[in-house]
Formats: sequence, C-alpha cells, structure tokens
Amino acid sequence: MSEATLSASLPLSSSEVFAQRQAQLGLNADWFAEKQAAAWSQFQELPFPTRTNENWRFASLKQVRALEDFVPTPFAAAGDEETLVARSSHLKDYAGRFVFVDDNLAAARELDPELARQGVIFTTLIDALHQHRELVEKYLLQQSPELGSEKFETLHVAMMRAGVFLHVPKGVEVKKPFLVYHWNKNDGGAIFPHTLFVCDENAEANLIEFQESAQTDTRHLVVANSHVYAERGARPSHTIIQNWNLNTLSFQLNTSNAQSDVTSRGTVINVGSDQARQEIHGKIFGSGSDVNIYSLNVPRGSQEMDQRTLQTHLAPNSRSDLLFKNALQGDSKTIFSGLIIVAEHAQGTDAYQTNNNLMLSDTAEANSLPGLEIGANDVKCSHGATTGRIDDSNIFYFLARGIPRPMAEELMVFGFFEEIIEKFDNEDLAEFVRGLVQNKFR
Amino acid sequence: MATTPDLNIDRDSGNFRYDTTYEFDAGVGLNEQTIDYICDVKGEDDWVRDFRKRALEVFWKKPNPTHWASKQLDEIDFDKIRYYLSKGQRPTRSWDEVPPEVKETFERLGIPEKERAYLAGVEAQFDSEASYSNMKEELSKQGVIFVGSTEGLKEHPEIFRKWFGKVIPIGDNKYSALNSAVFSGGSFIYVPPGVKLKQPLQAYFRINAENFGQFERTLIIADEGAELTYMEGCTAPKFETNTLHSAVVELVALKGAKIQYITVQNWSSNVFNLVTKRGLAMEDAEVKWIDCNIGSKLTMKYPGVVMRGEGARGEVVSIALAHDGQHQDTGAKMVHAANNTASNIVSKSISIGQGRSTYRGVVSMPKHLKNCKNNTECDALLINTNSRTDTYPAITVRGQNNTTQHEASVSKVSAEQIFYMMQRGLSEGEAMSLAVNGFVNDLIREFPMEYSVELKRLIDLEMEGSVG
Repeated sequence: MSEATLSASLPLSSSEVFAQRQAQLGLNADWFAEKQAAAWSQFQELPFPTRTNENWRFASLKQVRALEDFVPTPFAAAGDEETLVARSSHLKDYAGRFVFVDDNLAAARELDPELARQGVIFTTLIDALHQHRELVEKYLLQQSPELGSEKFETLHVAMMRAGVFLHVPKGVEVKKPFLVYHWNKNDGGAIFPHTLFVCDENAEANLIEFQESAQTDTRHLVVANSHVYAERGARPSHTIIQNWNLNTLSFQLNTSNAQSDVTSRGTVINVGSDQARQEIHGKIFGSGSDVNIYSLNVPRGSQEMDQRTLQTHLAPNSRSDLLFKNALQGDSKTIFSGLIIVAEHAQGTDAYQTNNNLMLSDTAEANSLPGLEIGANDVKCSHGATTGRIDDSNIFYFLARGIPRPMAEELMVFGFFEEIIEKFDNEDLAEFVRGLVQNKFR
Repeated sequence: MATTPDLNIDRDSGNFRYDTTYEFDAGVGLNEQTIDYICDVKGEDDWVRDFRKRALEVFWKKPNPTHWASKQLDEIDFDKIRYYLSKGQRPTRSWDEVPPEVKETFERLGIPEKERAYLAGVEAQFDSEASYSNMKEELSKQGVIFVGSTEGLKEHPEIFRKWFGKVIPIGDNKYSALNSAVFSGGSFIYVPPGVKLKQPLQAYFRINAENFGQFERTLIIADEGAELTYMEGCTAPKFETNTLHSAVVELVALKGAKIQYITVQNWSSNVFNLVTKRGLAMEDAEVKWIDCNIGSKLTMKYPGVVMRGEGARGEVVSIALAHDGQHQDTGAKMVHAANNTASNIVSKSISIGQGRSTYRGVVSMPKHLKNCKNNTECDALLINTNSRTDTYPAITVRGQNNTTQHEASVSKVSAEQIFYMMQRGLSEGEAMSLAVNGFVNDLIREFPMEYSVELKRLIDLEMEGSVG
C-alpha cells in the first residue's frame, strides 16, 4: 500500500510511476510487459501535438499538452464503491456487468451462467492475459486509430490495467447487452480504461460502456481505448455513453475491425467532458460487410468535442456509413474531421459520411472537415456536411398549429437527435439516452 | 464495360519552342544579388526593392507546406532555377515590332486573331516580361489602365501601391513570398467608377526557357460600380527538367463592382504551378473565379474571396482534369467577413489513368456575423480503375445565423449510359466522350462562348483500342 501512495503523488511523466505500476500489476505475461515498456519509452520520445499537425487542426492544444497536472490513480479502493455500484443501474436487463472506479474493480463480475456455459468470455483484461493468453495475444493492441494521438495511445498502453475482454464464440447470439461502467472519482486522477470486444464468426453481441464521474467538481484525465474485432459474419454492436464531469479531459481512441460479411454498429454519445478528443477508425478487411458509425454530441458552456474518423475500405464490395450529429449551445466548439479511404482494389465500395451541425447559440463554433481519398473508380462515395440553425419554416408549421415557440424549438432539437437514437435496438437504452441528452437543454 | 478506355487530351498545341537569346539574365539561383539585378534592370523605386528583400527573408524562413501538401514540392530545387530572363523588351503596342521568334510563338498560339476577334485588350508575356500589350483606344480614354507590374508600380503608384500586397500579404505562404521577391510581368488593371467593360481583357503567359521560373504578378482594381472580365491562358513547351510557375493575383472589387477572372491553364506536364489568387469584395461587390486546370505536373491553386463588405458575393467555379502523372490540387477559400455575404463553390474534377485530383476548401464564418451563406458542391469522375481523387474541405461556422452546406460525390461513367449510347450507334469512344462532356457541361457554359468552344475541343477525347 505504501508504494501505491507513493505512485499517487508522482505526476504522469515520471519514470518511477511506470516502474512501480508494472510491478504492482503482478502480471505473468512477459510479452505484454514488454509491450508496456516499449510503449512507455515511445511515450517519452513522442512529441506533443502541435499547431501545424493536420490531425489537430482547429483543436485546443493547451490542455492536452499539460498532462503533468495529473497523477495515475492508485491500486486501491477509491471509497464510496457501494454507492457507485448502486448508481450503476442505467439498464435493468443485461447479460453481464462490470463496474470500475478509478481503474479498480468495484464489484464482482456478473455474467449470465448460461452464457458462460456457451463459452462466452467476459472478464477483466488482466485475468484474460493469464487465462486466455492465445486469444488475447491475437487481438490485443493489434490495431490503432492512426489519427494523431500516438502520444496518448502509448501512454494508455503503458498505464493500462483496468479493462474488459469480451469474447463471443462462433455462432453464439446474445441479445441482452453486456455493460461496463467506468467511474472516475479522485481529484486530479488519471485513468486508462481498455475494452477488447471480439465477435467470432457469425456471433452477435452488444456491449455498452457507461463513463461517469462520481462528483461534479473534481478534475480528471481519461485516456480510454476500445477495440472491436468482428470475424466473418459477426454482428457486433458497441456503444459508449460518455458522461464524464465537466472538468475532465478525455481521450477515446477506438478501432472497429471488420472481416467479411460483418454487420456492425458503433455509437458514441457525448454529453460530458471539458474537452473530449475522440478517434474512431473503421477498418474493413473483407467483402460484403456493412459498417455503421454514429455519434451524437450535445456540447454547451465551454465544452470542446473533437472527433476524427477514418473509414478505410481495404476490400471490395463493402459498405460503410457514418452519421455524426452535433447540437451546439453556449460557447461550445465541435470539430468533425472525417476521411473515407478507398484502397486501389476496393472496387464496388459504398461509403457515406454525413455531419450535421445545429447551431443553437451565437457564440458556438462548428468545424467540419469531411474528406475523401478515393483510389478506385467503381465506387459510390459521397459526403455531406451542413451547418445551420433550426429552419424557420419548420417552426412556423408548429406555431400555426398553436404550439408555442420554445416548445417547438425543443421538439425540433429532440427530433434532430432521434435519427441517431432510434437506431438503438434497445428501447431502455434509447430512453436513457433521450433523458441524458434532453437534460442538457433544461 | 469490359475495359476502360484511355482518354487522350490534346495538350500538345503548346509543345514547341524557339531558341532565343536573352539580353538580361539574372543567372541561376536566388540571393540578394538576384533581387538587386531585377530591380536595376527594371529601374524600380527603393520601396519596391525593400518589399522584395523583405519577401526574400520570409521565403527562406518558411518551410514547404509538405505537412499537408504533396511531397513533390520537395523536388523543386530553388538553386537551379533562373529567376529573370528577358530580351530587355518594353511591351510594344504594335504587333509588327514584337521580336520575330516571340511573334511566331504567339502567332502559333493564335493570340493576334483572338484579339482581333473579340478582345478589349491583350497582353502577352514571354518568360519574365510582357512582349506585347494593347488595348482598345476608347478604353484608355475612359481611364482604364492596363499595364505590366513594373509600369503599374512606377507610373501609377497612387492607384496601385495602396492595394499591392494587401490582399495577399508577403507571408501568406512560401510561394507568395517567393513571388513577392522576384515578381516580374503580369497585369495591373484599374477600371474607373462606373465603367463596364463589355469585352474581356486577356493575358497570355508563355514559358520558353528551360529551368525557368515565371513569377507574374497581377493586381486588378475595379472601382465603385465598375465591371470587367479578365482571361488568362498559359502554355509552355515540354522540357526534360521541371519548370516553376508561381503567380500572385490580387483582385479588389470596390463597392458594387464586379470582377470575373477566367483561367485556362494548359502548362506542359513538367510545370509546377503554385499560384496564390485572392479577391477582396467590398459592399455589394462580386468576385467570381472561373478556373480550368488541364495541364501542369502539380497544380496547387485555391482561389479565394474575402467578403469584406455587406452583401458581397464570392464564387469559384472550377474544372480540373488530371491525366497520368498529373496532380491537380485545387480548391477554393471563402472568408466571410461581413453580414449578409454569400459564397458558392462548384468544383468538378476528372481523373484519367493514374491522374490524381484533389479538392481542398476552406469556408470560414467568424463570430457575430449574420446571414452568411455558403454552398459547396464537388463532384469527381474517375475514368480508370486506378484513377484517384481526394476531397479535403474545412468548414468553420460560428454563430447560429449562418448556414453552410457541403456535398461531394465520386462516380464513374456508368456502364448503362455507355450501353444506351452505343445502342444508338455511337462508338464506345464517342459515348465516353459525350458522357465526360456531359459531366462538365453545366460548368463549361459558365465560360465565355469562345472559351467554351475551345474547352470542349480540349476535353475532346480520343479513344483507341478500347473496344475489345
């Protein structure tokens, strides 16, 4: 315990922190320890992002360059676990659940015993490293978003200890969702949640991550990674509800990797964080796949939501669709930078990208960089980006029917979100997200 | 379609050169002496010399923008370029006085006929200096000024100095700094209040020498309520080594003025065409860029409009054609700086063979502006299986009273279209040609009639061995 307290008092950039944390992990997996050591030295060498870096265009760099303000959370109970576990109840019906507080497990894992019998693995990453070494080695840290956050990604790898491994074996279909709750709690703490979600051939599963803060006035750094691997014919669905408190600097660096005939859906709902940087890379390695990426952002006050996406088509005859919707209030700022890459031989690709910004204040700022890089000619690719306010003619329609203006505007805004929310096939989740999002307008 | 036919575009009409001796040659490479040499030859005022030297410092300090642009820029060896070449010519007003080899060049390109046919004025630049410049007499009586950059700065400083280097400052980018250091030639035009030119003014740019850099500088001022159309064409012969063309074009449209600037760029495929073009539109003024890029090895050109006055409008209409070994990196920049301003961008590109076309755009609407609108459409057509196209727009909107919309699409010529036309007796080549012409047709109509005919011919496609 004394070691833990010591590490907690040292800032992130200290090398002692890394050595202690590795020792404390008590890992019996050399290859992983080596990866962490390599990542740590890379982290030391890599520069912080600068103004001229295209991947950081329009982003605020001051905060992301000041990591020394944070210390990694100690290997010890943060306190209040019982309350937080009790608060981890957004969905009543689930197949399994994990609750972490400040990167420490706060409650025993829950998993439907029937699924365990069918071979579903739902365990912490550390346990998985020991018990399912071959499986984990095949997928863990194999893909990276490659969108500019290499420095933060290496920090994540060096520091990661809390995380979840979900593996759904061939042909197993799980309708109820797997839930992962991450709470941050202690002031000035840095956490590094990791999610590895593998859907084997023809398997189907749904993983939802809830990201929350125990208190509203504490400061935090979060560098989270989530990676989804879909084998042939798999149907994974992955959702992140980002609701850290308004003093959190958060990074979410994700990849979604599809082999052939995959139908996948990835959704990120952004409600919290002072500054949220997100990178999402959908990679399509096989034909016949249908990859969907959605996001809904409701910043207000001085929040900045900075999202960079890539849709990479490496194989012919697949489809990808991206829809990112932002509703901006106050002095908030959004950045959407998306790119579709169609490799030379990826003929027959269908790829779409849409970014809609709804401006609800005079001082908000929306940046939109929708890009295409097309190297094959037999493709259907398009992108669209719109920025504007609520259409007056629509408001007029409401007014003409006796609905007062404030209510008409509210209905229009909520209607704007429905396009994303209605895509959830879980009504409880849709209802929860509606409440969360609408709360930002009250 | 079993095979995708190859398209050949007539890009060879400018591929010839004449040996000529130059009276003035600033030598190879760039340093302060080069600047002094150019200033001395031109007999420029001290403020111009200072301006050039300041620009040279900036040019040396600025890195190539390869963090976002093509790495090909690093192939340019600034030490191997000749920055000033001229025959000591003052532009003549009579075609007969033009030196014979220069005259033959422009006659082969059809400049005198064009002038007789429909132009209000024409200027022909051969390497660094204009060799011929003429304008209809009644225009000079109305106060229209149409001269080269040296003459403009020396003889009409009261008009041109105020705006020179103001729309595009020296430090705008590395190549605007280079141009500011070594500029020569180009057109300085002033149209007095209320004067509306019915016929276009034209400039023709020709590179004749190998390893040469052409740095023309154009400044066009349309005073209140004035209107003009300006057209430029560019050609060069094919050399073994790379040639650099780096122009700066500044337009100023004062209250209620209209400027339309048309470019048909058909440089040979070894020319780096790195051009900075920007217009300033004051109250109710309109600046419209019509841009057609067919030639060059790498073109980087993003015509812009800064809408400074209320009710100003900006427009960019562009067509790019990228053949094997070519990269057309074009786009538009719309800066809204006043209320009630509107901008429109329409860009169409065609990539053939291994050609690559890129659209890069910036649309910016700063805080507290109201009722600004932008519409952007970019469509790309890919002809062969390995053709490439990229789109990189950047749209920044602040405030809730502004709207933007951006749409882009990528397509190929559909097999159904070709089949439909072939069924009616057209060959595959003719069908392909029609389909491509159809793709750009609505934009070609924006060009003046003479140019649209010329363009259709340029985009006339030759299909060989395509039908198996």
